[in-house]
Amino acid sequence: MEQIQIAERLKEKFPEDVLSVSEFRGQVSVTVRKGNVLAIFRYLHDNPETDFDYLQDLCGVDYPSRKPRFEVVYHLYSINHRHSIRLKALVPEEDCSIGSVVPVWIGANWHERECFDMFGVAFKGHPDLRRILMPDDWEGHPLRKDYPLKGPEPENDWKGFREVLEDSERLKGFEWER
Amino acid sequence: MGEIEQEKLTEAAALKTRELTVSMGPQHPATHGVLRLVLDLDGETVVKCTPHVGYLHRGIEKLAENRTYLSALPLTDRLDYISSMSNNIGYVVAVERLLGIEAPERAKFIRTIVGEMTRISSHIIWVATHALDIGAMTVFLYSFREREWILDLLEMLCGARLTVSYPRIGGVRNDVSQEFIDSLYKFVEGFDKRVDEYETLIDQNRIWLKRTKGIGVISAEEAVNWGLSGPMVRGSGIPYDVRKYAPYDAYDKVEFEVPVGKDPGDVYDRYRCRMIELRQSAWIIKQCIEKLPAGPVMAPDAPKFTLPPKDRVLKDMESLIHHFILITKGPTTAPKGEIYSSVEVPKGELGFYIVSDGTGRPYRMRLRAPSFIHASVLPRLCEGGLIADVIANIGTIDIVLGECDR
Repeated sequence: MEQIQIAERLKEKFPEDVLSVSEFRGQVSVTVRKGNVLAIFRYLHDNPETDFDYLQDLCGVDYPSRKPRFEVVYHLYSINHRHSIRLKALVPEEDCSIGSVVPVWIGANWHERECFDMFGVAFKGHPDLRRILMPDDWEGHPLRKDYPLKGPEPENDWKGFREVLEDSERLKGFEWER
Repeated sequence: MGEIEQEKLTEAAALKTRELTVSMGPQHPATHGVLRLVLDLDGETVVKCTPHVGYLHRGIEKLAENRTYLSALPLTDRLDYISSMSNNIGYVVAVERLLGIEAPERAKFIRTIVGEMTRISSHIIWVATHALDIGAMTVFLYSFREREWILDLLEMLCGARLTVSYPRIGGVRNDVSQEFIDSLYKFVEGFDKRVDEYETLIDQNRIWLKRTKGIGVISAEEAVNWGLSGPMVRGSGIPYDVRKYAPYDAYDKVEFEVPVGKDPGDVYDRYRCRMIELRQSAWIIKQCIEKLPAGPVMAPDAPKFTLPPKDRVLKDMESLIHHFILITKGPTTAPKGEIYSSVEVPKGELGFYIVSDGTGRPYRMRLRAPSFIHASVLPRLCEGGLIADVIANIGTIDIVLGECDR
């Protein structure tokens, strides 16, 4: 099926949940509400016409200026039909959680853990939601746009070097005994 | 039965057994990097396996968001550092698709050649270390002969052996020399015989068969559900290969077969897949050299992203300014949109999801790293098996932690 046909099919099947459909360079994105994601993915996975058996990717994107702040982006692929689609679920900052798709694709497990680690989006129903790349006691979520790129400068920066400079200043006036 | 023996037996029955937790790694010769596995053992059987990754996390996705499209390229070298060329190709193909530019034919063929060269070197280092882990040391000693040749060729091509950064958005950095082509052709002509040598060493070896057959079995359906790619999914019988399913560069202009494993989908099947892929890669390189078209190696129609040729920079004022601006400031605009593009790297499917907000920097660059997904399947492969097979399983998934942790 063409990507746009799949999007149309989704619109018919879930008129309440599909918010918008957009296309760029032949790739179609379907934006959905987060409430019903598991049913949508179940449908896409089980329906023999779409048959999305392969979860290519799952990731988060942070848009601090938009109202539902986060997007969780799913890239689906069907190995039998060789078609793909991108779904984006909107997640607001206040209620930063979404249903887990691990019951549909078990491979989503670590992707969701990473998304939780990097963006703080909680996945309801995930079997083992812990941080994955950052240490367990880490504060903050690094891939959020308001997370600083650089940590604070250490206080004792290059003290040894400064001392060397001061020494050299002092030695400038020094006169060697002849 | 004597009295003493009877006593010993009752003593043994009174001993308590308990599960033992062993932390394997992050420093362990068989983990191929800084992978840590926490294994719960019942005797020699693995009851539970918990991988811990992230020791090599450098925040490449975050760094890329703060660099221009041109200067984000060297970051991709540091993903899978034994096949950095494939990562570069994955990145430039993704950005080209985002910008809507097309590399010239000659550049596409050169990229295909160097991509397959890295596949050969990566698979060679895989078979060497995997065999070393399982106990066949000879392969390790021989296979570095071929790897050395390939690295010498890469050095001849671009001056770097490991972190190459040779492909560019819109083509490749420089054209190939005749000397390079001659040496490479000589290499691929004799390569099948070298693969035969490895196969003679281990293919029918009884110890090798005992250690690999029936170990780490994963069925086709499960492999797809886990999201495995590359030789991991092909070993289970699914011919999923991005080079065939969504061709990029010159893969639609060359012939090659995609090897798939037979029924069980175990460590041995994946080994066979990779050995056949070695021969296929050599065949692809041979075809590319024979078909290599003449022409430029950089796209002429994308001046905002491609550097002008060096000889023009030295003679022509506008080119000099253009070169200076691109190097110091980088590109300032890109089309607004988002793209997912994937290529077949030696480990599997490497995907790039790039969101562009119209500026010269990627708003979000997500890397779909095959090693990350393959590391997540380790508990599924190891649990219920013996602790010695954990080593075989770590070898067969062929992960590089630089790519897994990003």
